[in-house]
Amino acid sequence: MTSREARTLVIAVILFGLAALLPLSGNGYFISIGVTIAMYVVLSTSWALFSGPTHYISLATAAFYGLGTMIVATGIETVPYVVLLVISAIAGAVMAALVGLATLRLSGVYFVIFTLGLAEMIRQLVSWLQNNLGGSRGLYVLTDLTEDHIYWELLALAGFVFLIGWWIGRSRLGFAMRIIGNDETVAAHCGINTARSKILLFMVSGMVAALVGALLAPRWTYIEPNIAFSPLLSFEVVIMALLGGTKRLWGPLVGVIPFTILLELIEANYPSQTILVLGIAFLLIVYLVPQGVVGRLEQSFAKFRKGGT
Amino acid sequence: MASDKIVLSVRGVTKQFGGLTAVDQVDFDVQEHEVVGIIGPNGSGKTTMMNLISGALKLTAGQITLQGSRISGLSAQDINRRGVSRTFQLVKMLPTLSVIENVMAGAVFGHKRRWGHDAENFAHQMLNKVGIDSLANASVSSLTYIDQKRLELARCLASEPEILLLDEWLAGLNPTELATGIELIKALRSEGRTVILVEHVMDAIRSLCDNCVVMNTGQKIAQGSPAKVLSDPEVIRAYLGDDDA
Amino acid sequence: MDILITGILLGGTYALIAMGLNLQYGVARIMNLANGEMLVAGAFAAFWTYTAGQVSPILSILFVAPLAFAANWIIYRIILMPLIKRAKNQGQLEVDSILATFGMGFAFVGIMVATFGADYFSYDYLGDGILIIGNTFALSRIVAFAAAVVICGLLYLWLFWSRPGTAVRAVAVNPQAAGLVGINVRRVSALAFALGGSLTAVGGGLISTFLTLDASIGVLFTMKALIIVIMGGVGDVRGVIVAALILGLAETAVATLIDPGLTLAAAYLIFILVLLFRPQGLFGKPTS
Repeated sequence: MTSREARTLVIAVILFGLAALLPLSGNGYFISIGVTIAMYVVLSTSWALFSGPTHYISLATAAFYGLGTMIVATGIETVPYVVLLVISAIAGAVMAALVGLATLRLSGVYFVIFTLGLAEMIRQLVSWLQNNLGGSRGLYVLTDLTEDHIYWELLALAGFVFLIGWWIGRSRLGFAMRIIGNDETVAAHCGINTARSKILLFMVSGMVAALVGALLAPRWTYIEPNIAFSPLLSFEVVIMALLGGTKRLWGPLVGVIPFTILLELIEANYPSQTILVLGIAFLLIVYLVPQGVVGRLEQSFAKFRKGGT
Repeated sequence: MASDKIVLSVRGVTKQFGGLTAVDQVDFDVQEHEVVGIIGPNGSGKTTMMNLISGALKLTAGQITLQGSRISGLSAQDINRRGVSRTFQLVKMLPTLSVIENVMAGAVFGHKRRWGHDAENFAHQMLNKVGIDSLANASVSSLTYIDQKRLELARCLASEPEILLLDEWLAGLNPTELATGIELIKALRSEGRTVILVEHVMDAIRSLCDNCVVMNTGQKIAQGSPAKVLSDPEVIRAYLGDDDA
Repeated sequence: MDILITGILLGGTYALIAMGLNLQYGVARIMNLANGEMLVAGAFAAFWTYTAGQVSPILSILFVAPLAFAANWIIYRIILMPLIKRAKNQGQLEVDSILATFGMGFAFVGIMVATFGADYFSYDYLGDGILIIGNTFALSRIVAFAAAVVICGLLYLWLFWSRPGTAVRAVAVNPQAAGLVGINVRRVSALAFALGGSLTAVGGGLISTFLTLDASIGVLFTMKALIIVIMGGVGDVRGVIVAALILGLAETAVATLIDPGLTLAAAYLIFILVLLFRPQGLFGKPTS
């Protein structure tokens, strides 16, 4: 490990330590926002692990998330919570593998379109299954888990995601993804199994998103497919990740914090305008900060340094 | 110069695009240490032939074998792992990677897999071999055209291929660059590499190739040493109207 | 039998909507994910002209079409051209246009909701039944189908028998080659995009005569249009019609025989089958 890497690691550990102290403040409102921010950090960072290097825009986050939530909601009366978490993770990975096998051998457009309606389709399927196999629409999730617990769990998951991201970045898989993102023909001619690499990375992303859904299930006491599969979640995650920038592992983090606060403000004051805000955010990203805020800052720094010497 | 061992064997290879037959029942062999030139007028199917060998396109009929085992029908990545490396007519760079990383891309996943310092050292050796090791940490966009071509060559060599496919590698070079390029390929040849070249530059063909396969409208119309095929009336007729170099 | 006819009626209307996206993606090469919102806009326009002015939605086409054409032309010029100029390759353009059209679509939905509320809207136009082969069908569906057939027919004739139409087809097949034979690809793309948006808006007006819609339902229609366009083969007119009929039939069959709540799942199943076995679509050229 180089000294620069060691420094980054120390800073990261300190930041995590500080973040972990939040629940000790006792302020319910702050903790609640903390949970929301932590959730988005995990979701957008794991989203960027796949969609960043490959430029395949995944809109499937809501589908994985909902899957995790529904698994917990369905099984909470009969199966231990920890087991449900494991099942959610596996289910997320399996679903990602299936989606990947169907779409990732083709160009990015098919993937985007497929994931666009995926959450909605699964929601329809789950509702239909619930109606026809007995069982009610709404499921109660009653646990002893408080928001504090959920916050720490998410923080731990975030740490895990950053570690995985860091490890992938130094691994053959990470190198392969960078090459694929540059030119897929060259990647194939260098001996890279492009489909398999993409699917593997997508599975990581899906597994994490499903886990987040599972971890967050206890926050709602009452869960219906409509609640579990939130249509806007996928778009919010995409915006946050792109706003921050996907070139760096901590790019999405930069996008999450301000945007979450913005969303909270809008929810509080103009609740029906969330969609409009998302739309404007998309347009801003495309026209003003296509590389994300972090990317734009780094470009400016580079120019500044060049001009300065 | 060439040994008797056959590295690549092309039998009855045909490629059709809808109603157009781009390659028509072509046969030839490439022996170890041999430099084979595939020549012919524009549109004769030369690059399609390269694409079929490297796996960028699938055959309609026929068979291609590498050292006795079949490679036609495999994916491009599998064919590369078996030992086939190629350059592209339009140079394909990996723009967000540095020069050294571009070469490492060839070394990490291909025929001979390396990683970490081993891969990096080998990549430097390859850059040295093509003459641009001094540019190892430069960005790809700052390279001149000939240097980009050299980079692509280094990337190909990095996987230690059994056979190297050069698709009009000398195209678009000015006379000085052309001379450098020909020298580079000569050096590869004297190392004993097995190469297939698709070329238009006649000087290069004459000085580099042991054997030539001449194609016209998808079919093989002549085969033999450069001197022999370039004086073949059939071949001259096919090229009529073309500017000779 | 009932399923067959209803399915065809639905499919025919879907064809018109998908035709719009087909022009936008197949010719102008813009993946317009706000396509569904354009449909809703056309539906709203028909709704207002009927409820406010008692004007038949079919007649509203006369001013919705040119309005939508102009609006889409402006959208192409102002919102999309900067992206086209900026993009270094088709892949990047696709990503950019996906994000930009999402933005547009969401902004549109947000504005609609803010101005007119999120309620469902529908109206009763020609809702009487017509007896065909022993089953009753809403006259509105039949009229919408007829209108769609007429419009698609006119479009087909225009594409295959007129000069500008042939230019459009040329750009769909190969934009570079089209440029080389003297076609102004930029203008043709803008024309195709505007025409596509216009068709979609008209389709929306027609669909509003027999379906209940709301401001946010656009995404669902975008999905269906995308599935149809890909299934038919991007850029191919016959493909779109065939694929739309297949989807209409499949949806109706599933809704009647299994469950109306599974229509999207049915569409997805078809989509998956297409992706697995024939990703270029029914009439598309195989990718090497």
